[in-house]
Amino acid sequence: MDMPPTAESMGVAAMLSAYREAGTFDEAYASERMPRPAWASFLASLGKYNEADLHSRHESANRLLREHGATYTIYNQQQSADRHWKLDILPLIIGAEEWRTLEVGLKQRSRLLQKVVADVYGERRLLKEGWVPPGLVFANPGFLRAAHGIKPKRGSFLFHHAVDLARGADGRWIVLADRTQAPSGIGYALENRIVLTSIFGEEFRANQVQRLAAFFQMERDALRASAPQNRDNPTVVYLSPGPLNETYFEHAYKARYLNFPLVEGADLTVRDRKVFLKTLEGLRQVDVILRRVDDTFCDPLVLRGDTWLGVPGLMEAWRAGTVSICNGLGAGVIETPALMPFLPGLCRHLLSEELKLPNAVTWWCGQQRELDNVFANLDKYVIKRAFVGGAGQPVFGSQLSREEREKLLARVRAAPHDYAAQQLLSLSTAPVYEDGKIEPRPLVLRCYIVPRGDDFEVMPGGLTRVSPSSQGMVVSMQSGGISKDTWILADGPVEQLTLLLPPTIVLRPERQAGDVPSRVADHFFWLGRYAERLEDAVRVLRAVWQRLSGEGNEDQTRELAALVPWLVALGRLPDRFGSQVPTSELRTELASLIENHKREGSVHELLSRVRYNAMALRDRLSDDTWRLFNQFDRDANPRGAKMTVPDALQLLNTLVLDLAAFAGMEMENMTRGHGWRFLDMGRRVERSRNLIYLLKATVYPAPRNDAMLGPLLEMCDSAMTYRRRYHARAQLAPVLDLLVADEINPRSLTWQLNQLTRHASKLPRDGSEGRHGEEKRQVDYMLSLLAGANFSAIAAAEDTHPGGMLNLCDELQTRVITLSDTITQHYFNHALPK
Amino acid sequence: MRYEITHTTTYTYEEAVSIGHHLARMAPRDLPKQSCEFHELDILPEPLSMAGYRDYFGNATLFFGLHGSHKSLKVTARSFVDVTAPTPPKPLDTPAWEHVRTAVHANELTPDAEAGEFCFVSPYIRVSEIFADYAAVSFKTERPILDAALELNTRLFRDFKFDPKATDIATPVEEAFKLRSGVCQDFAHILIACLRSIGLPARYVSGYLETLPPVGKPRLIGADASHAWVSIWCGAEHGWFDLDPTNNCMPSERHITVAYGRDFSDVSPLRGVVSGSGEQKMVVAVDVMPRKPSGLFTPVQPPSQSQTQSQQSQQQ
Repeated sequence: MDMPPTAESMGVAAMLSAYREAGTFDEAYASERMPRPAWASFLASLGKYNEADLHSRHESANRLLREHGATYTIYNQQQSADRHWKLDILPLIIGAEEWRTLEVGLKQRSRLLQKVVADVYGERRLLKEGWVPPGLVFANPGFLRAAHGIKPKRGSFLFHHAVDLARGADGRWIVLADRTQAPSGIGYALENRIVLTSIFGEEFRANQVQRLAAFFQMERDALRASAPQNRDNPTVVYLSPGPLNETYFEHAYKARYLNFPLVEGADLTVRDRKVFLKTLEGLRQVDVILRRVDDTFCDPLVLRGDTWLGVPGLMEAWRAGTVSICNGLGAGVIETPALMPFLPGLCRHLLSEELKLPNAVTWWCGQQRELDNVFANLDKYVIKRAFVGGAGQPVFGSQLSREEREKLLARVRAAPHDYAAQQLLSLSTAPVYEDGKIEPRPLVLRCYIVPRGDDFEVMPGGLTRVSPSSQGMVVSMQSGGISKDTWILADGPVEQLTLLLPPTIVLRPERQAGDVPSRVADHFFWLGRYAERLEDAVRVLRAVWQRLSGEGNEDQTRELAALVPWLVALGRLPDRFGSQVPTSELRTELASLIENHKREGSVHELLSRVRYNAMALRDRLSDDTWRLFNQFDRDANPRGAKMTVPDALQLLNTLVLDLAAFAGMEMENMTRGHGWRFLDMGRRVERSRNLIYLLKATVYPAPRNDAMLGPLLEMCDSAMTYRRRYHARAQLAPVLDLLVADEINPRSLTWQLNQLTRHASKLPRDGSEGRHGEEKRQVDYMLSLLAGANFSAIAAAEDTHPGGMLNLCDELQTRVITLSDTITQHYFNHALPK
Repeated sequence: MRYEITHTTTYTYEEAVSIGHHLARMAPRDLPKQSCEFHELDILPEPLSMAGYRDYFGNATLFFGLHGSHKSLKVTARSFVDVTAPTPPKPLDTPAWEHVRTAVHANELTPDAEAGEFCFVSPYIRVSEIFADYAAVSFKTERPILDAALELNTRLFRDFKFDPKATDIATPVEEAFKLRSGVCQDFAHILIACLRSIGLPARYVSGYLETLPPVGKPRLIGADASHAWVSIWCGAEHGWFDLDPTNNCMPSERHITVAYGRDFSDVSPLRGVVSGSGEQKMVVAVDVMPRKPSGLFTPVQPPSQSQTQSQQSQQQ
C-alpha cells in the first residue's frame, strides 16, 4: 500500500503542507504544519500516501455506499434528484480528554431537557415560577395538548437526544441546536463508520478509535428495558414513515442493525388500549416503539387527522401505559432554539449546576426586549423559525437587501413568537478531500445521547457535516453538505472483543411467522410477482427484437409476422399493429416497451415496481441482493439516445442474466422462512398467470398461427428441451405437453402449481379451516384440472373445432387470480379480523 | 333553567367497518353558573374498550374503541343541566383592550398569561391583517375591551349571513370571511380570528342553545342543533365572558356549555377514525327540552318519534 509518490501523483504530504487554515479554529492543525495531538498520528500515516491512493479510497467509499444502498432513490426518471449520501474519506478526530469534557456536558444537557419536558406536560412549575415564558409553550405547535398529563410509565419523553455542536473561535464547543422529536442521522453515522473502517482499517486500529457497537448494544438493551410488560422478551418495533421518507435508508439500516422489525403505521393496530403488530400469524402485542414518525403524524384520532403514517388510538394506548414510545409523543416541544436562552437558568434551578456546554447566543423573538434587540442588530444574526414544523430556511441578516429586510421584519413582527435569532458563528474547519485537493471546510458535529438507567450514554462518535464549499455558512445535508466519520480516540487499547466482531454482525435468530408483519409478506409476494412479470416482459421482448435484426431468414420473418398479432392479442401492442405497419414504427413501439417508464408493463415501469417492493424490504434483503438491484438500474439504461437492435438485444440479454442471478440468490441464499415462501409464491403465481396469457393468445383469436410456437418455447426457456425431446418443428400437442403438463420442466404450469401446493401446506394458519387451508384446496383443484386433461386430444380438437383450449385457459386464469386474492385476503389484510 | 338534552349521532357505513376509535366530548361542563346533574352516553354497538379523562382544557372526554365488523354506530348522549344566566360586567367597566393585550403576554403564568394561550394560531384559525383590519374598526384606542367586543360581535352578525349551504366543516376561516356567510362554527371562528389577530385571547365554546318555536307552533323534538360561540378574556378581574355572534347576543340561560377549546378541532363532540373502504353517512339529532326542576327524577321517555335532520358534522 505504501507507494512512493510518483511523478503523476502528488504526495499527500505535499498536499497537506499546502493546506492553509481558513483563519478560524482548525480541527487538524494548531498552526501551520503543527498538527494537533489527536491528529498527529493519522496525518503522519496519511502523509505516506499519494493522491492516487486517496482517490482510489474515495472511489471505494463511493462504491461501498452505493452497494449498501445509501444512494437509493425511488426509480423514477422524472425526478432524478441527487440523493446520494456524500461521505468525505477524511474523518474528524477528537482526542480522549476533550471528548470526556464534551460527554459530561452532553449528558447534563439530556438530563436537563428531560426534566423540562416532563414539567411542560406535567406540573408546569417552570411556567408558573417564570423560568420559561408561557408563550414559548403555548405558541409552540410542538406542544401536544393531547399528551398533557401523560406520565410515561417507564422511561421518559426524551430518549433519543441529538445535539448539534460547532466550535467557536476560542476552541470551545458551542451548542447550535437540540433534536428531541425523532433525531435523524445516527444510522448514517454507523454507515460512515463501516465504510471508513474498510478503507482506513489500519489507521483506524492504530489510532485506538472508540467503537460504536457497544453503544448500539446499550441502546438496544435500554429500549428493551423500557417495556412496560413482557420484560424478558419484549417486542420492540422501529416505526418508520416508509420508503418515501428521505432518511428511509437509515431506518432500514438501523432496524436491521438492532434487529428490530421495521414497521409502518399500517402494520400496527390498537385494540383494547394496547398496540399490536399485524403478523402472518395474527396479532402480536408491541411493548416498545422506537419512533421515527414526527409527533403530529402519530395518531390521526387526536393529532393531525389528514395522515395515515400513524396509528389511530396510539396516544390512548400510551396514556394507558401499555406501550413505551421512544421518543414520547410531544417531545418536539423542546426542539426549539427559543428555549436556549433559558437553559442556563433552568440548569441552575433544576440541577443546581452551571450549564456546562454553552449555547450559541440565541434570542427568542416572542419577548419584546429581545425582539427590539434583534431588530436593532439584524446583521449579527441568523433568523430561524423557532418551532418544529416551521417552514423556511434560516435567513442571514447581513445578506439581505433593503427590501428583503423589510419583508422579513414584517413577517417577524406579525408572529414574533415563531422566530428566533442566533448570533453568527465562524465555524471551525477540518480538512476535506475533494477534487484532488485537501482544503479546510466549516463543520458541524451532531452527537447522540440516550439514557442508561439513571445516567446517560453518549455515542463515542457522531455525524459530522461539512459545508459544500469552503465559504459555506449553512451546513446541512439538505443543502448539499458532505458528511464525515467522527473518530473519538481512546486513552488506552480499545476492547478486544469488539475488534473481533465487525460491527455489522448481529446474530439474528430465525424469524417466525409471528415476526413477519403482514405488510412485509405482502411486499415479498409482490416482489416475486413483479420480478417474474419483468422477466416475462424481457423474454417476450427479446424474442421479438431478435427477429428484427434484419438479416433474418425465412423462418424469422414468418415468426415475426406471427408475433406481432400475438402481441396485439396479449394487449402489449396497440390494435393498429394488427394490420401491416412499417418496421420502423414497430421498432419505436418496441423501444417504448423497454424504456417508457410511464407505460404499464414496460421494462422500466416493472423495474420501478420491483424496486419499490424491494425498498420496502430494505432491512430484509442481503447486501448482495442490493448490489444486484443497483446493477439492474445500470443495465436497464440504453447506451445511446436512439435504441438500435444490438443495443436492445444487449440490454435484454443482460437483464435476463441479472434476473437469473436474483432468482439464483433467492434459491440458494435465502433462509426458507416465511419471507422467502411469499416471495416464491408470488413468483409461481405470476409465472402461472403469464404462461396462461401466452398460451391463450396463441390459440385466440383464431386462426392460430403455429409459427408462434417456436418463439413461445424460447420465451418459456424450453426450446432446448423441446428440440432434444422431439427433434421436430414446434407443434401444438407436444408444446402443450412441455409447457403445461410436464412435471419436470420448471417452466411448466404443472411445476408452478406443484410448488404452490407445497408452499400452501406450510402457510401459518389459525386452525379454523381444518387440516388444509383454502389456498391449498384451490391449487389442488387446478392440479386436478390439469391431470384430467388430455392434451393430445385437446390439441387435435383445436384443428377442427377450436375452443377447448380457450375455455381451459379462461378457467385457469380466473382461478389463478382468485388464488392471489385469497392469499391477499388471508395474510395481508389483517385490518379485517377473520 | 333546567334542561334535558338528548344528542344522538348515527353513522352508517357503506362497507362494514372492522375497527373504530372514537373520542366523545358531549358532557356539559360544571361551571359557576351551570351544573350538570346527570350525564350518560349510550353507545351501540357496545365498545370493547372505554376510558374517560379530562382533556387539556378540562373537558370530560371519553375514548372508546369498537372491534368487530359493524355497519353503523349510534351514540346517544343524555344530560340534565341547570343553568342560570351569567351576570356580565358593565362593558364600560372593563379594562382598555390594550391593557389586556399586554397582560396576557406576561412572562410568568399569571391568570392573564394563562388566558394568553388562546391568542395564538390553532389548527383551524390563523391570524392575518384582514381580520385585524376588520377588528380595528371597533377596537379604538383605549376602548374598554368588552364594549369593543360587543360592537364587533354585532358587526359580525350584521355583515355576515347565516347560510348552512355556504360552508362545510373543511371551509377555512379566511374563505368563510370572504364569503361573508356560514354557520355558527364559521361565525365563532371568524370572531376568534379577529380577536387573536389584534393580540387578544379568545376561545371556542361548544354547546347547545334552546330554540324557541315560532309563536303558535309546537316545539319540534330533535330539531335543535349543537351550537358554538366565543369566549373573550376581559382581564383577570372579570375573566372570560361569552359572546354569541350568530345570534348577536350575550349568552343567557338558554346557552348550555359543553366544552372549551382553541377552535372546533379541540372540542368536536364526536371524532373518530374507522378502518373501512366505503363512504359513511352521519345523522345528528339534538333535542334541548326545558324541564321543571322536579322533572329530574321522574322517568323520562326518550323521544319516541324523533324527527332527524341530516347535517354535516359542523356546528350550526
